[in-house]
Formats: sequence, C-alpha cells, structure tokens
Amino acid sequence: MTQVTMTVNGEAVSGDVEGRTLLVEFLREGQGMTGTHVGCDTSQCGACVVHVDGKAVKACAVLALELEGAEVTTIEGMANADGSLGTIQQAFQDHHGLQCGFCTPGMVMSAAALLKDNPSPSEAEIREYLEGNICRCTGYHNIVKAIMAASGQDVSAIAAE
Amino acid sequence: MYNFDFARPGSIDEAATALQGEEAQALGGGQTLIPTMKQRLAAPATLVSLTGIPEMQGVCLDDDGRVCIGGATPHAVVEAEAAAHFPALAALAGRIGDPAVRNRGTIGGSLANNDPSACYPAAVLGTGATIKTNTRDIAADDFFEGMFTTALHEGEIITEVRFPVPEAANYQKFVQPASRFALVGVFVAKYADGVRVAVTGASEDGVFRWSEAEAALSADFSADAIADLSVPADDMISDLHGSGAYRAHLVGVMTRRAVSAAT
Repeated sequence: MTQVTMTVNGEAVSGDVEGRTLLVEFLREGQGMTGTHVGCDTSQCGACVVHVDGKAVKACAVLALELEGAEVTTIEGMANADGSLGTIQQAFQDHHGLQCGFCTPGMVMSAAALLKDNPSPSEAEIREYLEGNICRCTGYHNIVKAIMAASGQDVSAIAAE
Repeated sequence: MYNFDFARPGSIDEAATALQGEEAQALGGGQTLIPTMKQRLAAPATLVSLTGIPEMQGVCLDDDGRVCIGGATPHAVVEAEAAAHFPALAALAGRIGDPAVRNRGTIGGSLANNDPSACYPAAVLGTGATIKTNTRDIAADDFFEGMFTTALHEGEIITEVRFPVPEAANYQKFVQPASRFALVGVFVAKYADGVRVAVTGASEDGVFRWSEAEAALSADFSADAIADLSVPADDMISDLHGSGAYRAHLVGVMTRRAVSAAT
C-alpha cells in the first residue's frame, strides 16, 4: 500500500491505496464519496466523470496513484456553499434532465467542463461533447435543454420531443 | 485487475531504468491499458507511468518547421496546441474517443499500442513522421509492423513525434459509433515531393499506405484522379460492424473525401 494525497473539492485528503486502486474506488470506497457512479467500468458510459486539474476524466480509467497532488472535483463539489443545488444541477431538475439519475453525476460534470471552455454552446456542440456520456432514460433531449438553460440561453422555444 | 507495483518517474532516464524491471510496462494515459488490465488481458508486475515527465509534454516547432509533440501529450492538448501549425492533425486529435478520453489518452500510448483502428497511426504514416524514442529515431515507414505490433523494443519509450507539415492535408474518419474508433480512417497529405495516403481501421495488418492512390494523387491532386481506384477486399477486417468488401469500398470513399476537403 502506498499513501496518496490529493485535493478533493477543495479539501486535502489522503489514503493508503494499492497500485490498481482506481480514482473512482479511492473516492467511493476510500473517502465515502459515493456521488461519483460506476456505470460500465469500461470507460464507455461516463457516469464516473470527475474533473482532474479542471479537465473532465473518467474516474474508472485513472489510477489513484497517478493523481498525487492533483485537484479533483466531484459531483459533491458542485452544490453551492449553502448546500443548495448549483446552477447546472438546478437546471437538470428544472428541465427534467434526469429520470433514474444514474448517469447524472457524470452528465453534470461533463456539462460543467463544457461550459467552462464554451460558455454558450449550441445544441449540436452539447450533443457532440456528451458523446462519452450515456443515458438510457431521457433520450438526451432534456439533458441538452438543461445545459443550454444552465448557460443562460433561452430554451422556451425548444419543444419537448 | 491484478495488482502491480506502480512507479511515476519524473524524467525519461528514470523511466527507462524503471522499465528494465521484470514484466514492467509503460503506462501512458491508460485509456486502453487500464481497461485491458481490468479484463486481465494484461497483467504487468510493474506499471511505469509516463505522465509525470515534463520533457514528454506539449507541442512545439523545431528549427526545420516540424511539429514536435511530446510522447505523453494528451489528445486534447494536441487538438488545442497544434491547431495553428497543423490543423489536420489537431482535427484528428480532437475526434479521438470522447472529451474525457482525450484529456487522458496520449499520442505515445496510441502509437505504441498500434490498434488497427486507431487514428494517430494514420497521421504518422500519412506524413512520414519520425518517432523519437529514448534510444533512437524511427521512421514511420519502419515503425508499424502489423496489428498491435511496432518496431519498439521491450522497455523503449516514445518520447516525441515529429511531423513534417504538409502543404495540404485532411483526415476523414468513418466512425464506428459504439467505440468511436475508425471503422475506416484515411489521412491524405500533400508535400512538394508527392502525396502520401495512409489508411487505418481497414486492414488486418493495421495501418497501411495506399501507394496506387499516392501515385495518382501525386500526378493530379484531385478526387477525380482516384475515382477508378480501389483496394482489394481480401485482407480487410471483416466483423459485425462491416464486411471486408464494405471497408474496402469505404477506403476509396474516405480517400476521395479527404482529398476534396484538403483542396
């Protein structure tokens, strides 16, 4: 076992891990932060997306020991300081961007990464960016709508399909 | 995944030493190797991460105007930093996998793995790039030795890739939508001394140059010049995503599209 230390949602955390310990295992089992989900565990579905040093990555395909000293942000870090939902989370609720909710942590983290680089994305840009996030409930339409709304764009003209 | 010892050296020399160990394996971004280890298709005793080596990161231009990319540079960085120097290469990097994969996966990892459907091998072979390792320079024409096989020796590290910038170039990828790998991908590059055409995703032998098309395009760089050319379907990959004949057909289609887009 080797000790690894990283910053998760602004707080320094450390733990003893094996070489094979994945970031998502470190977060869920080591830190008890179960907001980050394991969907496919084959880096296809994107339910485990978190930010590492500001970039979206799949936490099921990164070793914890790779991230010594890294800044990690998870879905637990997306709420406002008072515990209320963050802008993207609130938009997902307002626009019914989730049904079962399993993919939602990854969707929100991917959306946050997109909006950081592209504050006002088109529908096509959002759909392309979400290529690596799979949702089996919503048909994506309301997820796209929620992200457009979270970026401050008018979505009243987008019909529910 | 079986357990392993993990090392994250800070220099190429330290990494080369660590890779001398018994059953040691280099780890780039891990976007292929980690899933492969989860399936227990690989079980190295030691993983040597190459992501903590500053001299293997980033994009720059050398004195000859070649675009030089550090072996551990993620696809997303190539997409952003190569765009001004070599737009076709940046565009290729920006369509590998998905955004989260592009933030981790590296050019050196992709080339060392030489997946028969990966994108980067087409760019490297299609430009006649030079692969620099910790011990030597390898020409693209000597590097790819068939599906998942390269000229790299045990423990050898791709430290940099140097691309001669073409006068015109384009990469066309027919995406296999489930994996986002290329069902067929074609990189076309026009230089003062001729045109190179490299095809990925299609052949059982991995990436290859389509020399017949190169000759025709060197004489006349237009899609019409190769309208009547085709590749034989015999050695093409045949699977549930597409037959060998379908892939052979796509080679012609994607090459013509790439030429049209480059002109």
